[in-house]
Amino acid sequence: MGFADFAFYLFAITVVTAGLFVVVSRNPVHSVLWLILAFLSSAGLFVLLGAEFVAMLMIIVYVGAVAVLFLFVVMMLDVDFAELRGELAKFVPLAGLIGVILLMELALVFGVWTGAENATELRDAVAPALEDTQNTAALGQLIYTKYIYLFQAAGLILLVAMIGAIVLTLRHREDIKRQDILSQIYRDPAEQMELKNVKPGQGL
Amino acid sequence: MAEFLTTGPGIALIIVAQCLAVVGFVMVSLLFLVYGDRKIWAAVQMRRGPNVVGAWGLLQTVADALKYVVKEIVIPAGADKTVFMLAPMLAFVLALISWAVIPFNDTWVLADLNVAILYVFAIGSLEVYGVIMGGWASNSKYPFLGSLRSAAQMISYEVSIGLIIIGIIISTGSLNFGDIVRAQDGSYGFFSWYWLPHLPMVFLFFISALAETNRPPFDLPEAESELVAGYQVEYSSTPFLLFMAGEYIAIFLMCALITLLFFGGWLSPIPGLPDGALWMVAKMAFFFFLFAMVKAIVPRYRYDQLMRLGWKVFLPLSLAWVVIVAFFAQFGAFGGTYARWAVGG
Repeated sequence: MGFADFAFYLFAITVVTAGLFVVVSRNPVHSVLWLILAFLSSAGLFVLLGAEFVAMLMIIVYVGAVAVLFLFVVMMLDVDFAELRGELAKFVPLAGLIGVILLMELALVFGVWTGAENATELRDAVAPALEDTQNTAALGQLIYTKYIYLFQAAGLILLVAMIGAIVLTLRHREDIKRQDILSQIYRDPAEQMELKNVKPGQGL
Repeated sequence: MAEFLTTGPGIALIIVAQCLAVVGFVMVSLLFLVYGDRKIWAAVQMRRGPNVVGAWGLLQTVADALKYVVKEIVIPAGADKTVFMLAPMLAFVLALISWAVIPFNDTWVLADLNVAILYVFAIGSLEVYGVIMGGWASNSKYPFLGSLRSAAQMISYEVSIGLIIIGIIISTGSLNFGDIVRAQDGSYGFFSWYWLPHLPMVFLFFISALAETNRPPFDLPEAESELVAGYQVEYSSTPFLLFMAGEYIAIFLMCALITLLFFGGWLSPIPGLPDGALWMVAKMAFFFFLFAMVKAIVPRYRYDQLMRLGWKVFLPLSLAWVVIVAFFAQFGAFGGTYARWAVGG
């Protein structure tokens, strides 16, 4: 067994174990931390595949941004998990059903489904030769030439979702005081203050 | 001996030795950086600073580190023990492993990755976990507030750092630090580096680096006047030392990044003088001096000002700059200053 094999088994076992602990750990914050470990290990698997760009994106996007948001929300939630656990029994049949359906779908994919005969040729035809391009450049050439419209459409959908979330949650209340940063910056002592010479015993 | 070094164990030995050399360099410079930081700070405030242990107090940091190590580790009641102990180790290790891709000279680099700059960025985005985990696991109010602040702050400034880096990548056409530095090699020495074409971004990057490393004036996660010490409140002894060391290593890494991205890494500023690792170290030391000066002379920001600066000023500016650089590079403006693709390929 070479080093690459060893690394593969290490990462693969870590992904599966971490995934298991995401489900079984009692504390939701621990769940998120296990999830992060799973993301990191799958990034390692991408590196073993020679897809270092995807691996780094995996870490930056999932671990650096998505999981931080998860952690943020989970840490601030004040949920009584003992109570939730008590209600768990009610949902076991439904969860089991969903699990069985997912399992069957996976079995279909791996057992029955066959790709078209020329699928590999079609894939190879558009991909730049990996011998003379780095995979970052190869991805860029594919995404920004052949798949530019799909890529832009995906970006547009994300933009719409983002704007939608902002529109849904943004409330502009009229009855509160707001900060005007510019007026704060441009405040001038000479205009804002008035010095009075108070004589003893007279007051203002 | 020479034959042994070409076999598997021999290569492993060489790699371990190289790693130890880099870690050794970082740790030794860490000792003197902390000392230098305190000395500069003291000089600005017209104090003497550390001056007792060793000649001119040079060994003060060693004494401090020893003191931390021999103290008792206090774990608060109700703390999540595992996460509590894991957090400082994570902070320290993550700060250290970024150095694997930092080149000190042409080909003097542990791992010459194609995606080196993304690797540094990815590890940088992981560093927030040390802070969040530490603050949460302490089971205490100030640390928790500190960690929440830190999470929001580091994510905000990562965005603008990422966009600034994209500008550099567009100019170079490569994600490799070696290529980025070689693209800055020119006949004008100091003036062919990226700081000139990317001038506004140098300032933005420097300020974002301050915020990203929780350095004053953006040290809100550990603002001692509001949060005592933020996420570090409950930490003592070696775990605290690890947090502190991790923080300084991250700062030093930012100095290395500024040097590599904008100031030509190991290239000599004067054409004719030989390039070399000494230039790299000298430049890093200079930027650390700037970090220390900022700490000494700038008052702390308010948290809402920090967020406003990050999202409403830096983000639009750096985004606009990416677009501008993309145009300059595509149409070869200023004699191809923005499109040095010959090196990166």
